[in-house]
Amino acid sequence: MFEYLAKRLLYAVPICITVSALCFSLVYLAPGDPLSAVLPADASQEIIDDVKAQYGLDKPVYVQYALWLGRAVTGDLGTSIGSGRPVAEEIGQAIVNSLILAAFASVVGFTIGSALGMIAGYHSGSTTDKMVSAIAISGVSVPHYWLGIVLVVIFSVKLNWLPAMGAGAGGSQAWQWDWEHMRFMILPAITLAAIPTGIITRSVRALVADTLSKEFVTALRAKGLTERTIFVHVVKNSAPTALSVVGVQLGYLMAGSILVETVFSWPGTGLLLNTAIFQRDIPLLQGTILVLALFFVGLNLLVDALQPLLDPRISRS
Amino acid sequence: MLNRQTPGATHTSDEPFVTIDNLQVTFHGGRQVVRAVNGVDLVLKTGEVTGLLGESGSGKSVTLRALMRILPPARSTITGSIRVGGREVLDMSDRDLADFRGGLASMIFQEPGLSLDPVYKVGDQIVESVVRHMGIDKKAARLRALEALEWVHIPSPETRLDAYPHEMSGGMLQRVMIALALSCSPKLLLADEPTTALDATVQIQVLLLLREMQRKFGMTTIFVTHDVGVAAEISDRVAVMYAGQVVEQGPVGEVLGDPKHPYTQGLLRSTIHGSMRGKRIDAIAGSPPDLANLPKGCAFSPRCKYAEPACTAGAPPNVAISADHDVRCVRFEAP
Ligand SMILES: Nc1ncnc2c1ncn2[C@@H]1O[C@H](COP(=O)(O)OP(=O)(O)O)[C@@H](O)[C@H]1O
Ligand SMILES: [Mg+2]
Repeated sequence: MFEYLAKRLLYAVPICITVSALCFSLVYLAPGDPLSAVLPADASQEIIDDVKAQYGLDKPVYVQYALWLGRAVTGDLGTSIGSGRPVAEEIGQAIVNSLILAAFASVVGFTIGSALGMIAGYHSGSTTDKMVSAIAISGVSVPHYWLGIVLVVIFSVKLNWLPAMGAGAGGSQAWQWDWEHMRFMILPAITLAAIPTGIITRSVRALVADTLSKEFVTALRAKGLTERTIFVHVVKNSAPTALSVVGVQLGYLMAGSILVETVFSWPGTGLLLNTAIFQRDIPLLQGTILVLALFFVGLNLLVDALQPLLDPRISRS
Repeated sequence: MLNRQTPGATHTSDEPFVTIDNLQVTFHGGRQVVRAVNGVDLVLKTGEVTGLLGESGSGKSVTLRALMRILPPARSTITGSIRVGGREVLDMSDRDLADFRGGLASMIFQEPGLSLDPVYKVGDQIVESVVRHMGIDKKAARLRALEALEWVHIPSPETRLDAYPHEMSGGMLQRVMIALALSCSPKLLLADEPTTALDATVQIQVLLLLREMQRKFGMTTIFVTHDVGVAAEISDRVAVMYAGQVVEQGPVGEVLGDPKHPYTQGLLRSTIHGSMRGKRIDAIAGSPPDLANLPKGCAFSPRCKYAEPACTAGAPPNVAISADHDVRCVRFEAP
């Protein structure tokens, strides 16, 4: 088991390096001159050179990358051009908010998706199955923006039940586990959960229907087991694959949060990324994307580590 | 307290243990209604082994699955009567069925690799069944599972209890399936081509093991096979199926030694030539009928070299040509 994990970790290293190089080179892919955001339009060549040197932009690209990477591994992601605060600090707070939202949305997506998927899988071909599939497909195909706005119009504007923006009263950004803060999370979490719920529903449905069609389930019936015990067998057989689907969906969920956090002004990494893009805040952009990318890598690692625990057929060495 | 009871009854008696009467099974999931079983009548005496013989698709598996009521309920209809130990299986409630399956009657499947849950240890799969039917705790059930693995001669059974199915060979898995089937002392054993999916050398070992187990515990047994040699080896009686009907049944020596039904005769001939490496000179011409559109009268008549107008006029009668030998063919009808 330990060896298996060590191997997985080792595989992750080249991925991380590639990811960081891609993040870094964003500066050169992004349109416009990164300096134009900090410099007045009529700055003299002298000042431009000075600022370039200050940001290390006068050195060759690979040197810049090496320096940036060297600082990044020590947790120094530079200073945000927009706010003047350390990027690591900005991301630190945002990622907590994002994770809270993502966790909430995942719980919603996982619970509803698994439940609907199992119901549909157990009744595959029936009207219930078709209805669940229709719900799942609409969950997957509805755009985040549209769903978010519709929810806001209904629950904030018309009914005035839930707040439409932010993560706390008066623009508060520090999260607390009380109803005053939870209220703010409901609409963005539901919006964010729509796609993963749909995909998890469909995957679980397919998995359960497939497992139920297996000969061994008939053999379990022939042993005289009750439907409840057989259900446990079905869940244990579907869990390993379901887990990897859920893992991938968590990753997509973080990606989806960019739009959703923007729609609801939720102070997370998504909103931060959006701000960084629009303000051409290159250090903030590089840092945020790096952290998000590492999050994906970590998530995959976690799924890889958990899968052999659930499925004896996956070798641990 | 470990229940030291051993499976089955220990002697053969003349009393029927299983009576199947006009069993019909239809499937209506697809576009057409498939008539897989069309009026099977079978009587099994206590402790007797009946070989159910027939080509692939003749309804052997469906007959066994109907007996266990493990056909998909939404897509199949079973009519007729199946009495086991004096009780009507087709009238059982879900609860009674769950006690019946694996308790009074148990089944061995064709593909051992597909019939065990891949994510459960084989020992746990036996334990689960024992706890369910024998009302003992897990610890005692584990001892019982160990004992069952010993019956079927699995080497180092203690460690095998904790193996997963993918860690064992097909032959070993089939031994596990047999141990599982015997673990709760069934009185009726249904074996559906238990050796077909195995390697030739292993087939013989498993066949001999099954015969040994049957002699040791004496359960009433239906042994499904498409192999005449296997049927001859293990059966007391043979019932030959064609297109969902039993066309001939009787003592193994009579049916295989002096077959009466043209289909049984053809089956025996094709087997003899089949063993002569691919030269199937005298195999039965034609192919089995479409079960969604059965021919009128005798289902075998389109392939039968003795076919006459009477064959398609109506369903052929079931003629008793001796005390315990029936043939479903107009040629044996009393004039
Ligand atoms: N679940 C099912 N749904 C529809 N048709 C089935 C089903 N199971 C078996 N059949 C049909 O019933 C017929 C008999 O099958 P079976 O009893 O498995 O034959 P065999 O004698 O080879 O065991 C076949 O034509 C098969 O296609
Ligand atoms: Mg079969």
